[in-house]
Amino acid sequence: MMSSIKIKIKSKIVFAAVLLLLSVSVLAAGGGKFKQVNINVHDKSALQRGAVLFVNNCLSCHSAAYMRYNRLGEDLGLSEDQVRETFLPANAKIGDTMTVSMTADEATAWFGNKAPDLSVVGRSKGANWLNAYLTSFYQDENGEWNNTVFPDLVMPHVFWEQQGVQKAIFKDEEDAHGYTHKVFSHFETVSEGSQSAEEYQSTIHDLVTYLIYMGEPARIQRESMGIWVLLFLAMFTLVAYMLKVEYWKDIH
Amino acid sequence: MAKPASNLKKHGLELFNWFDKRLPISDFWEAHLAGYYAPKNFNFWYFFGSLAMLILVMQIVTGIFLTMHYKPSAEEAFASVEYIMRDVQWGWLIRYMHTTGASLFFVVIYLHMFRGLMYGSYRKPRELVWIFGMLIYVLLMAEAFLGYILPWGQMSYWGAQVIVSLFGAIPKFGGILTEWIRGDFFIADATLNRFFALHVIAVPLMLLMLVVLHLSALHQVGSNNPDGIEIKDKKDADGIPLDGIPFHPYYTVKDIFGVGVFLFIFAFIIFFSPELGGLFLEHDNFVPADPMVTPIHIKPVWYFTPYYAILRAIPDKLAGVMVMFSAIVMLFLLPWLDRSPVKSIRYKGWINKTLMIMFAVAFIRLGMLGMAEGTIAETYESRFWTFIYFAFFGLLWFFSKYEKTKPVPERVTK
Repeated sequence: MMSSIKIKIKSKIVFAAVLLLLSVSVLAAGGGKFKQVNINVHDKSALQRGAVLFVNNCLSCHSAAYMRYNRLGEDLGLSEDQVRETFLPANAKIGDTMTVSMTADEATAWFGNKAPDLSVVGRSKGANWLNAYLTSFYQDENGEWNNTVFPDLVMPHVFWEQQGVQKAIFKDEEDAHGYTHKVFSHFETVSEGSQSAEEYQSTIHDLVTYLIYMGEPARIQRESMGIWVLLFLAMFTLVAYMLKVEYWKDIH
Repeated sequence: MAKPASNLKKHGLELFNWFDKRLPISDFWEAHLAGYYAPKNFNFWYFFGSLAMLILVMQIVTGIFLTMHYKPSAEEAFASVEYIMRDVQWGWLIRYMHTTGASLFFVVIYLHMFRGLMYGSYRKPRELVWIFGMLIYVLLMAEAFLGYILPWGQMSYWGAQVIVSLFGAIPKFGGILTEWIRGDFFIADATLNRFFALHVIAVPLMLLMLVVLHLSALHQVGSNNPDGIEIKDKKDADGIPLDGIPFHPYYTVKDIFGVGVFLFIFAFIIFFSPELGGLFLEHDNFVPADPMVTPIHIKPVWYFTPYYAILRAIPDKLAGVMVMFSAIVMLFLLPWLDRSPVKSIRYKGWINKTLMIMFAVAFIRLGMLGMAEGTIAETYESRFWTFIYFAFFGLLWFFSKYEKTKPVPERVTK
């Protein structure tokens, strides 16, 4: 009797856990609209390369107002002196956050809009979107920068020297109601950049890794700590189960 | 060497007696734990009451610590949450416990309610237990909604916009009422500030009071069990139910095991997937609230989506709001809609069993549809399941009385 109940309860728990994990994996895959990229926030060298890319290319217009320079150093394994030399702007203190000197009014006057803060962009957009976005810039017929993931954007292609220039080829597609739409088909290279396609993809991967980290710096801690918490809880649950069995001997 | 220890014990006992004469400590212990007899045949479904209690306490404790660092103003709210996530010691853990706890609270409560549904735990004499429980559920939804506005992200803002505007569907007073709720002409700083007040003190106080009432009513009539029979009907010479066992130590040790399993799942989510793929923490809520930019796809958090699907299924706004609220009101009426001679689903016929499965499927499917974008096909499907949802209550009323039931055992099984 007892063992059959045990098995029943166990199978139900296993069932619930499997359901949960399944739903997590399905949701984490996120529809599959963009190419899946795997991000490892524990890869310190990728994070360091990504941080350099971010500070040199993004931080002049985009702020990261919740990210502190000294936190960057701690998490990326850099000394305060290294952070000062590589990342810190003049007049900034090591505990400052990554702000930009451009005011909102200036930005609006120059670009029509303030560039959004990128502190948590890794969490709102996700790695797949960011990777697709940063590899999908193209030059249109008028010679203006555009993007297939984020059409008619204001931002120019910051990495055009590395990636080179590409143009987007569209094809006509008919929808269910008989209307034809221009649908993106593929990119064609106009001029080569300083990096090969693989090198550029790797550059963007580093940057996206950094953006994901910056969205949630605690992720580095929580994942390595989580293992120990789960191990403890597994032990605790086992002991609790044995205690329960001991007490319930009187009942069965 | 034994002497000091026994002295300590003697003095300790004296101290305890001093208090016990002045405060009903041992009376309470006896009435609600060591001397509270619960049926011995509780199964898997009986873990969720104590788990709900655990989560309630956890939400209050983590909430207190969040309150120490959170700033309830439209200017500072989003930044203060990021401050908690980055600069407050263990802030990220406290916040994830709170956000994950909120979602798992609903998981646990839904399973707890479904248990009541299966075993007829709302039936006489436990009508009040059910009513108090339903009030807790409604308040919990209010609490979750109020809390969701606090991070002041895009979904906080626009979700609140949609839900508050529902009151605008009320004829004549709608406009004035929504203005009164918001304290402004749109969701704004005043709204955030008052929702914060309601979230951290008003609703939690009412919740705690209702939990006391829920448990008092339960302990007055005694717990139901998977067989749906009254253990108080068969007592031994001392007046103790033959199928009853003291809640403490038997169910306390069993519940500790349940707590272990629960915490394992809880910790797995917190440490490895706190967003749960956008289900527990929505991606769009990491964009600061912007009254000028409406997100393309506004949807509530998963635990509200069954009702959201019902709302969207009805073409007329006022009618939709009324149907949605009546979906909850129907649950209050269950003690009187179910007229079966037996309580537990175990001894009901196949029609009633099918009805219950249909109801559960309708609720889950509506929840999934409430998360979807709301295409025409999805709207039609939502209408179908909304119909099934409501049909359940009518069919239950009829078939619970007229379908033949199986014989109920004298004593609990297993």
